[in-house]
Order: sequence, then structure tokens, then C-alpha cells
Amino acid sequence: MTTVWRRRWHQLKNDRRAALAAFMVMGIVLALLPFVTGELLGRSWVRIIDFALLYIMLALGLNIVVGYAGLLDLGYIAFYAVGAYLYALLASPHFGLHWPVWAILPMGAMVAAGFGVLLGAPTLKLRGDYLAIVTLGFGEIVRIFLTNLNAPVNITNGPQGVSLIDPISIGGFSLGETHSLLGVTLPSTYTYYYLFLVLTLAIVFISIRLQDSRIGRAWVAIREDEVAAAAMGINTRNVKLLAFAMGASFAGVSGGLFAGFQGFISPESFTLFESVIVLCMIVLGGMGNIAGVVLGALLITVFPEALRYLGELQQLLFGRVLVDPNDLRLLVFGLALVVVMIFRPAGLLPSVRRRREFSADESVLTQEQASLYDARR
Amino acid sequence: MDIFLQQIVNGLVLGSIYALIALGYTMVYGILELINFAHGEVTMVGGMVCIAILQVLLPAGSVPVVVAIALGVGGAMLVCMLLGLAIERVAYRPLRRAPRLTALITAIGVSIVLQNSAMLIWGKQYVSFPEVIEIQRYEFGGAHITNLQITIVLLALLLMIALLMLVYRTRLGRAMRATAQSPDLAALMGVNPNSVIAATFIIGAALAAVAGIMVSAYYGLAHYYMGFLLGLKAFSAAVLGGIGNVAGAMLGGILLGIVESLGAGYIGPLTGGFLGSNYQDVFAFFVLILVLVFRPSGLLGERVGERA
Amino acid sequence: MHSQRNLVWFSVAVLLSAVLAFSGCSRKDQAENTADGALIIKIGQVSPLTGPQAHLGRDNDNGARLAIDEANVRGVTLGGQKVKFVLLSEDDQADPKTATIVAQKLVDAQVKGVIGHLNSGTSIPASKIYYDAGIPQISPSATAIKYTDQGFKTAFRTMTNDRQQGRVLGEFLVKKMGGKRVAIIDDRTAYGQGLADEVEKAVKASGGELVAREYTSDKVMDFSAILTSIKGKNPDVVFFGGMDPQGAPMAKQMQSLGLKAKFLGGDGLQTPEFLKLAGAAAEGATASSPGLPIDGMPGGKAFRDKFTAKYGVIQNYAPYVYDAVTAMITAMEKAGSAEPAKYLAELPNIHFTGVTGEIGFDAKGDVLGGAITLYRVKAGKWEVMETVVSGTPLKK
Repeated sequence: MTTVWRRRWHQLKNDRRAALAAFMVMGIVLALLPFVTGELLGRSWVRIIDFALLYIMLALGLNIVVGYAGLLDLGYIAFYAVGAYLYALLASPHFGLHWPVWAILPMGAMVAAGFGVLLGAPTLKLRGDYLAIVTLGFGEIVRIFLTNLNAPVNITNGPQGVSLIDPISIGGFSLGETHSLLGVTLPSTYTYYYLFLVLTLAIVFISIRLQDSRIGRAWVAIREDEVAAAAMGINTRNVKLLAFAMGASFAGVSGGLFAGFQGFISPESFTLFESVIVLCMIVLGGMGNIAGVVLGALLITVFPEALRYLGELQQLLFGRVLVDPNDLRLLVFGLALVVVMIFRPAGLLPSVRRRREFSADESVLTQEQASLYDARR
Repeated sequence: MDIFLQQIVNGLVLGSIYALIALGYTMVYGILELINFAHGEVTMVGGMVCIAILQVLLPAGSVPVVVAIALGVGGAMLVCMLLGLAIERVAYRPLRRAPRLTALITAIGVSIVLQNSAMLIWGKQYVSFPEVIEIQRYEFGGAHITNLQITIVLLALLLMIALLMLVYRTRLGRAMRATAQSPDLAALMGVNPNSVIAATFIIGAALAAVAGIMVSAYYGLAHYYMGFLLGLKAFSAAVLGGIGNVAGAMLGGILLGIVESLGAGYIGPLTGGFLGSNYQDVFAFFVLILVLVFRPSGLLGERVGERA
Repeated sequence: MHSQRNLVWFSVAVLLSAVLAFSGCSRKDQAENTADGALIIKIGQVSPLTGPQAHLGRDNDNGARLAIDEANVRGVTLGGQKVKFVLLSEDDQADPKTATIVAQKLVDAQVKGVIGHLNSGTSIPASKIYYDAGIPQISPSATAIKYTDQGFKTAFRTMTNDRQQGRVLGEFLVKKMGGKRVAIIDDRTAYGQGLADEVEKAVKASGGELVAREYTSDKVMDFSAILTSIKGKNPDVVFFGGMDPQGAPMAKQMQSLGLKAKFLGGDGLQTPEFLKLAGAAAEGATASSPGLPIDGMPGGKAFRDKFTAKYGVIQNYAPYVYDAVTAMITAMEKAGSAEPAKYLAELPNIHFTGVTGEIGFDAKGDVLGGAITLYRVKAGKWEVMETVVSGTPLKK
């Protein structure tokens, strides 16, 4: 019985028209999302969605480093910080510079990529776990420098952070203000949503193309067996550095957007914990699988907020709040990590390769073979 | 110049604590190739439980102080050993054959669970260690050292020697070394890997408990968050010494403590005032990275070839 | 093939998270009026209700509750309409990002005013959101200068700021504590560093010599390295810009290292927690607190009795929170309306004697007549040493 459904599902997945329909539905949902959410749940939820999009970009970047190339990076948030601070320093009263966003973001991507290479270069020979600790150290080093570069020359303004950062404005259209378009009010969180959505989709697109490109396959090769990859003629050094650079550039862009969005940044936002959260997003969601990574990022960003309503539930059930839902937030998060890792270690939406690694499920193999036969017809 | 000696003393005390915690990390890594992130939290639990026991026993006044301390230490060690065993059984055993990253994430998850459970149990306030130990100060060469500090260093040294003897002179130790080299071959030789792994976790947890108690007694307070930073530093120490190597963890711990101490004290003069003690953590990490770049396996680590 | 499958999964993912988000739907039937026809006025309160500063955050929350409850019992009428105040408390976990999220949440909930946040690091980013929405914000405890320096008309505070506190501390240090050689440590947070910088300026202006400037972080417990380094420079006084969880072990370590300097701190140190955590090592430590000692406050004793009966020991800022709420309600009464646009204009004009002293705001939003009190630990308790009002010491 299940095989019939499986085949139907498989046919549906390959059906062009069904895919187009799904695509259109998704497009409409995404376009209307801020309005629906804003009405039903309040504008702060749109803000949360905006943060979720930023995290998705981050997660996709880390996905390249960890998911594709298999390089465990625990200091990834440093690149995010670099992008954010670059934007803050070039578009705020701090230095009196007010460069436009289309100049800063590409710069942010490049500077972050440069830092990525800086991190990658000395770590090329290190084993997986050593690499983890070194990248962790790098993340901390960047954060400490950001916290302390306010003397003798004030570059980053230290722990006070940089505030009054210019909101992002595109061709005179400032995203920091509420606008009215065709009789519809667009608060700033909505306009930011659309900007972030466009950039996120761009990054998703880039990730998809990278996955099936020569570089993408090179990354998989060095992830699975570096010696064999080198034997096949892959320049492991350049490929690894490219992974770091690309992943870092995504974070750099996302960081710049974050600075413009929030209007204030400080070193507190770029701790080790944040790096760990981003890592958990991709592991939970499904490493290497773009849809999985997106899902992981969404769940982890949105879930803690939804958890706040647990307090109301307790109120309903017990008449008073027994345990503050905020206290439970991280606990549930940790438990979820452990449970998912034990029972679904490839993540919630694993990539096909991982699923094969984790389960000796024959049906997966027959499925793959079946599709090959279908394609021939 | 007299502060140099003081900084060394400070570093030695700090380093002894790091070393004790690092041992747990390195032993588990040697056998399972897993970074047990939760180890730092086990340390914290050790400190918290000891304080809790002391808080219960002491105000009554009927229990002599020495007995109370013994019960506190013993109780904390017992709880931590059980905790270590439970973690291994519940979180790590199902993932024995899983890729490293999966186990790592689980370890992070366990660490978060422990931290927040401690927060729920003991609250978010800092808990103060009951003042049971009379601090006596000694002075030599311009450096001040207290009896507590001496106790910590000596006790740590004692425990480390005991562990070395365990690993190199007993049957269990031989079984542990064998399992670390190859679990399957060890099994063929009649070693039960599960028992050995359990024993490893238990011993590591016991050491962590002692370290946790030392930390709380030394600083006078404990907090649900304190395990995180300690664990991180201790893990860096283990890597510095060569992870998987017991003597390496000890060396790494002590070295890291001293480097941190000297770094915090002397960064300013070294860099002509450009950098100050605000960069002390950077200094420690910088040294770590430097060592790893030139000796990728750590100071005492074996030169392992690239395993696929 | 991959991309098509991914697209389908992608849409599933989006739908899934949408469902998840909606599952947290809160009931939207927000009553506008109470049963007896009183208009409901929502006032927000933000402070860290979880985390290491939760004891201070809850203190703020309780102070606000006390004020709101009393106002409701008293019965407030605005423009002929009876009103009932409701407090919406939010937790910002002392984290800037969370602070902006809860600030937006409060704006969406249409609060008419916000009391908060507790920390400077959270009040500053949140102030932009309240400013954009035109909602007045009165912080009872944020001391960073930047908070009112930003030029937001909606930002006020009932607490003396760091510039004033630092100046008093620096002068006191040199003139009254005999500090010729001074060492300054800060915890590299916005609060600690800001205060320490002001103290450094004031010390130098008063003729003291800065022999050491060291740094730590707000998560560390071991200061022996920097304290040893400081000891080598032989200071008379060590000043710490930071909070009590770090100040306490610092005091202890100073003792065990034989560092014989006097220990001075800011309002982050002047708490009961410090006494508890530092134990015997706290003896002789000095700390400042903006405002007057609770007994020296015009309404202090009465407030303390009221507060302790309901909520227990006052941690630190509760009286300032109480005054902040009173200020807000007074302005509303003066304007005859709770609408932000209307009573915002009245806030700079109010002037009354609150629990903590004279309450009024200057052009920037800072509290007028800021008093700073210095305390010393004697026999395990904080004792008042002297009070300085706008630069002039008051007789005790």
C-alpha cells in the first residue's frame, strides 16, 4: 500500500506542473505573509520573521562551510559581526559617514570573505575537532577586539556599541519609515521583510547552484575523504578557503542588513552562543539540504517566541504560572537538540546523501534507481 | 618583580583547576572521539550540590564541620558520577556509530539542558559557598598564598598522580588504553567496551566534581552559568596538551592557567600600553592557535595522520 | 530534479512554520473597558526577569506594581473619565536584541507609556522604537549618558546618570578617601565602562594619579591576575565599574592577595547581594548610589514599609520605579489624558516630591537635582556616609 503512495508522491515531485503550482502558492504566501501575521499576531511577529530571514541567510552561509565542505566552524558569528560593524561604521554618526547601502553591502561581503580566508589559512592542516576549537577561538578574538577597540583610537566604540545607525534606504526610499503604497500602510518592518526576502531568495538560489556545481562537488569530495579528493586532482587548499570565504560573505551581507535594521549594535550580540545557535539550525534542519536548513532556522527563531505563550497555557490550566516560560525556553531547546539527534540524526529534512548514511533503508536506494528509470522514459 | 611570583602562584592554582577538568575531556575524547561539552556543566553541578549539602548540614550546628565537608564532597562526587553515567547512557551511547558532528551537537544540547535544569533547581542568583574554611595567609618572596590555594594545588596534583597510576598501572587502565586505540580489537581481547566507557565517564565526572567544589570554595560562589566558561578553558587546555593524552591534559591545564595569569598581568608592558588586560582571553587563544599551527596534535599529542 | 523537490519541501517548510507561528495565537479579545466602565490604560514595564540580574528586574517590576495598584485604589480620573491602569511586564533578559523585540511588542499592544528598561544597554536601542511610536519612556535605572544624549523627546529617567555619578565618585575618591594613587577596573559592559571612564576623568580633574587601568568581563570570577598586577603598582584605592556578582569575589580576592587598597564601586555594587556574596571581605568597601539613602528619602521609610510588606527586601531601584510611574501618572493627570501625544508635552513640566526626592526633568530628560549618596560597609551592613546634591555635600 505504501509503495503505491510512495510512487504517486514521487511522480508528483517530478511533475513540472505540480511544481509550478506549488511555486505559485508559495509565492503568494510569502508575499502576503507580513500582512496576515501582522493582523493576526501583531507587528512584533513580523519583526521576528525579519530576524528569522536574517538567520536563514546566516544558516545558509554556515551550511556551505559545515554542510557542503564539512569544516566545523564554531566561530561563524564573527563574520556576521564584521558585516554589521562595517555597516555601522560607514553609515552612522560615529565617523560621520553615511554611505549608501548598495556600496556597503558588497564591501561587507568582501571584507567578511577576507576574514574567512584569514581564518581558513592557518587551519588548513587541522583535524576536525581542533579546527572547531580554533574557529571558536577566532570568533572570541573578533568579539573581544570589537569590545575593546575604543582606546587608544576609538574604532568600534567598545562595549557601548554603535547606535543611531542609518536605516537602509533604497534610492531615497527609507525602509525605516512607514510608507503608504496604493492605500496600504507599510510599516518599516514590512518593507524590511520584502528586502530580506529578496536577498534570502537570492542566497537560496546561489546555494542551489553551488550545490550542483563543480565547486560543490569538490566540497563534498573533500568532506568525505580529503586524501582521495587530493588524489583526484582537487586543490584542497583553494577549495577549503573558498568554502570559508563564501560562507563568510553570506554572513557579512546578513550582518550589514542586521545593523541597518536594528539601528544599534554592540558586541553582546555576537557571542559564542550565537554561533552555536546557527550551527544547531543547520544540524537540526538537515545539513547540506537547503530546505532543511531553512526549516531549521525558522523553527529555532520562531519557536522560542511561541513558547512565551506557554505562560498563558499554564494560566489556563492551573490558574497561575508555575514555571516562567522564559526559563523553560532554553531547556526545551536543549532537549529538542538531544532528542532530534538521537532519533533523527540526519536532521529533520535530511539531504539524500545523509539519509543514506544514516539508514540502511533499502527503499531509498530503490527509489533512486526508480527515478533513474523514469528519466530514461 | 615580586608580582611575577604572585602571578605564577595565581596561574598555578587556576591551572590545577583547569587540569582537573581537562582530564575528563581528554579521557572521553581518547575513547569516544567525542568532545563532551556537558563536562563543564557537570563541574558546575558538583559545586552546586556540595553547597546545597553544606547549607543543609551546617546551620543545624550538630554536625561537626569536618564531617559536613566530607559529606558535601562525597555527596557531590556521587551525584556527579551518577550524572556522568546517565549522560553517557542516554545521550551518547545511541550515537556511538554516528558521525562526529551529530554527537557534538548532542553534547551541546546536553550542556544546555544541564545548565537550565540547574537554573530551575537552584535559581538564577549566585549562591555563596558557606564560609567554613578559615583562610590563613602565608607570604613568601613577596607573594601571598592562602591555605586554600595550597590545598587546591596539592589535591589536584595528588588526583592527577592517582589517575596516571590508574591508567598505566592497573587492569582497568590497560583496558581503557586498549579501548582508546581500537574498541573492536579490545573487545576481541575480552574487554567490555561499554564498561570501560562507563568507567571513563564516572572517573571524569568524579574529578569534575572535585574541581567544581574547589572552584566554588575558592571564589566563594557558584552559579548555574559558571560551568560554561570553565569548560571552554579546560577544553582548550586539553587540546593544548594534546587531546586524548592524560599527561597532556595536565600539562595543558597548568600551562594555560599560567599563560592566562601572566598574559593578564603583562600584556600591557609587553605591547607598550597598546593592549591591556582586556585582551587576556585573546592572549590565551592566540597561544593556543600558535601551538596548534606548529604542532597540530597539541604539545604531547601523537602525530596522527589524516584519518578519513 | 533536486531543485524541484527542494522547492516543494521549501513550501512545506514555510507552511509548517506558519502553522507553528499561528499555533501560538493569543486571544485577541482585549477589553477596552472594565466592568464598571473605567477605561483601561496599559503601561509597559521592561526589565530582565530571567538571568543573573533577575533579582533586580523583579524588584523593578514590583515597584511598578506597587505604584499602579496604589493609583488604582486611589482612583484616577483623566478628562472626566475614570481609568484603571494595567501593567504589562516584559522580560528583556538584559539583551539588546530581545529588548527591541519586546519594545515592538509593547508598541503593538498599544501601551501608553513604558517604564524601563533596567539596563542602559537595553534602554538605548529600545528608546528608538518608543521614539518612533511617540510613546514616552521613563527609565528608573539606566545611567548611561547616551540614553538622553540621543535627543529623543520621549526618553526620560528618574535616576542620576553616569556623568553625575562618576564625577561625584571621582571627587570623593580623591578628596575624602585620600586616594592619590588610583586603580580603575571595569567589566567591559556599557554600564561599567561608561561609569569607569567618568570616574577616571573626575579623578584626574581632582588631582589624583591613575596608576592602573584594568579590564575584565561580566562573566568572569577570577581577578587574581589583574589584581596582582594592580598590587604591583601600589594604589590607595581600587575602583570597580561593574555589578555585584563580580564585585564580591573581587573584594575577596583583594583580601587573599594582600592588596591593601580601599575598594570603591558604583551603584551596581551597592546591593544586599554584594554583602551576602562577599561576606567578611565586604567590610570597609564603599559604593555610591544615585539618589538618597532610603531613610534619607522624603518618602523613604513609608515606601520601604509598604514595599517590604508586599514584596520583601528592596533590591535597589524599586523607589525610582515607583517615582517613574508616579511621574507618568502625574503628567497624564495634568494633561487630562493618557494619550502619549498629549501627556508627553506635560512631562517636562511636572515637579513634585517623590519617594526619592524632587522629581522633575531637564531639557534632555535627565532628572533634576540629582543626588548621589555614598555608603560604606560597617559591621556587615551598608551605612550612609554622605550625600552629595548637585555637587554640594549635604550634612548627614
